[in-house]
Amino acid sequence: MAGRLQAKVPFGRYALAVLACLLAATGCKLEQFPQSTLDPKSDYAWAIQRLLDQQVFWVVVIFVLVLVAQLFILVKFRARPGAPEPKHIHGNTMLEIAWTIAPAIILTLVAVPTVVTIYKTQAPAPAGSLQVRAIGHQWWWEFQYPELGVTTASELYVPVGRTVSVAIETVDVMHSFWFPAMGGKRDAIPGRVNHMFFKPDSTGTYMGQCAELCGTSHANMRMKLVVNAPEEFDAWVERQKAAPVHPDSTSLAAQGKAIFSQGACIACHSISGVSAGVIGPNLTHVGSRSTIAGAIYENTPENLGHWLTDPPARKPGSLMPNQALTKDQVAALVAYLTSLK
Amino acid sequence: MATTAATVHAAAPSESGLWSWLTTVDHKRIGVLYGVTAFIFFLIGGIEALMIRIQLMRPDMNFVSPDVYNQLFTMHATTMIFLAVMPLSASFFNFLIPLMIGARDVAFPRLNAFSYWVFLFGAIFINLSFVLGGAPDAGWFGYSNLTSKQYSPGHGVDFWAIGLQILGIASLAAGFNFIVTIINLRAPGMKFMRMPVFVWMTLVTSFLIILAFPVITVALVFLTFDRTVGTNFFIPTAGADPLLWQHLFWLFGHPEVYILILPAMGIVSEVLPTFSRKPLFGYPVIVYSGIFIGFMGWGVWSHHMFSVGLGPLADSFFALSTMLIAIPTGVKIFNWLGTMWGGRLELKSAMLFAIGFIILFTMGGLSGFMHASPPADLQQTDTYFVVAHIHYVLFGGAIMGIFAGIYYWFPKMTGRMLDERLGKWHFWLQMIAMNLAFFPMHFVGLLGMPRRVYTYSANMGFNEMNFWSTVGALMIAPAILIFMWNVLSSVRNGKPAGNDPWGGATLEWAIPSPPPVYNFASVPEVKSLDPLWHPESREAALASNQMHGPIHMPPSSHWPLVSALGVAMLLSGILFGWYVGIPGLILMVVGIYCWAFEPCD
Repeated sequence: MAGRLQAKVPFGRYALAVLACLLAATGCKLEQFPQSTLDPKSDYAWAIQRLLDQQVFWVVVIFVLVLVAQLFILVKFRARPGAPEPKHIHGNTMLEIAWTIAPAIILTLVAVPTVVTIYKTQAPAPAGSLQVRAIGHQWWWEFQYPELGVTTASELYVPVGRTVSVAIETVDVMHSFWFPAMGGKRDAIPGRVNHMFFKPDSTGTYMGQCAELCGTSHANMRMKLVVNAPEEFDAWVERQKAAPVHPDSTSLAAQGKAIFSQGACIACHSISGVSAGVIGPNLTHVGSRSTIAGAIYENTPENLGHWLTDPPARKPGSLMPNQALTKDQVAALVAYLTSLK
Repeated sequence: MATTAATVHAAAPSESGLWSWLTTVDHKRIGVLYGVTAFIFFLIGGIEALMIRIQLMRPDMNFVSPDVYNQLFTMHATTMIFLAVMPLSASFFNFLIPLMIGARDVAFPRLNAFSYWVFLFGAIFINLSFVLGGAPDAGWFGYSNLTSKQYSPGHGVDFWAIGLQILGIASLAAGFNFIVTIINLRAPGMKFMRMPVFVWMTLVTSFLIILAFPVITVALVFLTFDRTVGTNFFIPTAGADPLLWQHLFWLFGHPEVYILILPAMGIVSEVLPTFSRKPLFGYPVIVYSGIFIGFMGWGVWSHHMFSVGLGPLADSFFALSTMLIAIPTGVKIFNWLGTMWGGRLELKSAMLFAIGFIILFTMGGLSGFMHASPPADLQQTDTYFVVAHIHYVLFGGAIMGIFAGIYYWFPKMTGRMLDERLGKWHFWLQMIAMNLAFFPMHFVGLLGMPRRVYTYSANMGFNEMNFWSTVGALMIAPAILIFMWNVLSSVRNGKPAGNDPWGGATLEWAIPSPPPVYNFASVPEVKSLDPLWHPESREAALASNQMHGPIHMPPSSHWPLVSALGVAMLLSGILFGWYVGIPGLILMVVGIYCWAFEPCD
């Protein structure tokens, strides 16, 4: 995997990386770009990368040829005093046929692997894939594992080395599901279920985000992919399937639970055994997540408090309204929610 | 050098004053009106772009709110496409087509005035939304179902949908007008294969306009119905498929891309031969390539939709048809290089912009070829990579081409030369700024920055590239200011141009600058593809300045203005209410009736 890929760096990828680094001015590691499309980490992303390498090669070659020809013409044929009137040539059939055929050949060289890759990457997912439903909401992603009975939000956990088959849906407007390290994007379209699959080839955390304009907070519809070793993934699944923590009756968290279950929260949010709302993210294990609010804030008690105090101020257009909670209520809710590991 | 025969009287009196401009049917004046109006909208669209860039200069900026940001990028694109580049092209069509084909005006001069006024009112209508509750904010592509009443409850989308319908009427009228003009009003001897390439590209563009705008109009009518009377054309919860919108939109939208770029290709095909002192290399191939691009433009629309999951067969088909378009496009570029090869290049401002066009458009074409491949496109679409691509094509292509045309024909339009030194400053500043602004976008896109996001976090690695893009965008402003200063000072104090300051080959250079109201004192006879470059055909062309009898020119008319105002009011009444719509209907009917029975002597 990673080692094998280091061995032979194709020209196109090399050219891209060099140019990207020149521009990035700060340093030269692709790891500095957590959402990069140029750092493939799955079979699907690699299939695309190999096509891109080939394209970049031709694109660079053609552009350099045109540029060099243009510059040569500028130097050589620039008007000089006393230069004779140019010969009036109206064309050259052989030359014109040649520069019609040459691009056609290059196009064929790119078109064939393109079509092969299309059919390969859009085939039905192999049997035994991990089934995931990715459901777009304004403005966060819901992830369900129908076979495992797990529902979570904004953070997708998958095991390394096993194909993940994603069914992409939406409950409101169009969105687009995109983890660049895993491959291309696929739209979530109202009334349809779209599909894609990929097999992650190395563990790590990768960023993704919605790629189709979906309203005010389109920019805030981000997500995280955590690729774990299979046993770590299984352990995560077990934790997610467990019943939520039941706070001590005297604790601050218990007050928070009371506020949660008597307030407006239950209309939209699910906590297994407490409430069954489906409009907002499932909060059964919200304390185990590293981010909140569509993966735009780190999940710290402080951020969670800010968020609960005035959601639309923290994420413009947020469908969760300002509930006018008091400071004490917020503190209690934060204690409860962070306890839901 | 022949001169206008002094003994002959002008048929139409030369007029001045506001009323003469409001009632003009002179294609040259309408061309100027189109140009000035479109340039003002180009500035407005530019200001919107600068606000976008300032918001993105740093991560987590708060220069504008997310909602305003969405309005800005929607209106930036809508303005630049429909209110700047298309009418700038229309300005060239208007001013030049009759001159290039040896005609005295377009086929329907009053319809021409009507087109302009409808365009102006439509443009004002869309921009009124900024002060009437918020501009459109669902993107220039207006994907359903984000545009539904449920998800866009304000009136921005209504302004957009109705405004584009008004503009569509203007474009359709102009499209028909130029098709008829080019086919019917060519001077004797100007066979199709003797038409200048710019005329050819205008013809192809006009056909694209009349075929593409009905498609978007259907979609916009559906959308307007959905939003005003509660139909369900695009409402998924009622069983509609939102992809219908995408197919209709892009079936219009891709030909629209060629509507934007083909006129610039035509301009460059005129400028390069003049300043190379050499005829266009492979004229027939350039013409056929343009026609082929026009045809193929109808078979590639779904390459804008690879991410919706149309299935491998559709993806493969549209990938191959899209790649096929690269061939005629490449051929054009090689033929332009062939035109310069062996020439005697005079690097005037117009020529510099034309060469800039070739380099930048090549870059835009090559990045376009990259996302012709669906798997690659799935990583690139909806990212800044595509923003880079379209700006290389539309700014590096269309706008550079249009500037080449302005520097080239300004002397013909005004009788004065633009200042060459300022022109070169303009070119170099714009070339550097443009590349600084848009080149990094290729990389920030490949590194994962999506389009249409009002902000990004500091830890994504996008910071530096966005900063430099903003610096580049801000540098475009002084380049444009230099150009404006150049125009404003040269109109009054520029060197007199004479009939033919560049030694051009085409008919417009045979007549005085600015041309008399009747253009050609007598109808010229065309004997070759480059009439002014061959002694025999040159004489025939210059003979058109000799007047042989009275000239009949169409009289000015205010009815096109009245009808246009009626049309705009009628359609905007859908939004504003019957008290605007009904008077509009009356104005329109009265206007068209009086227009039809207006004496024409």
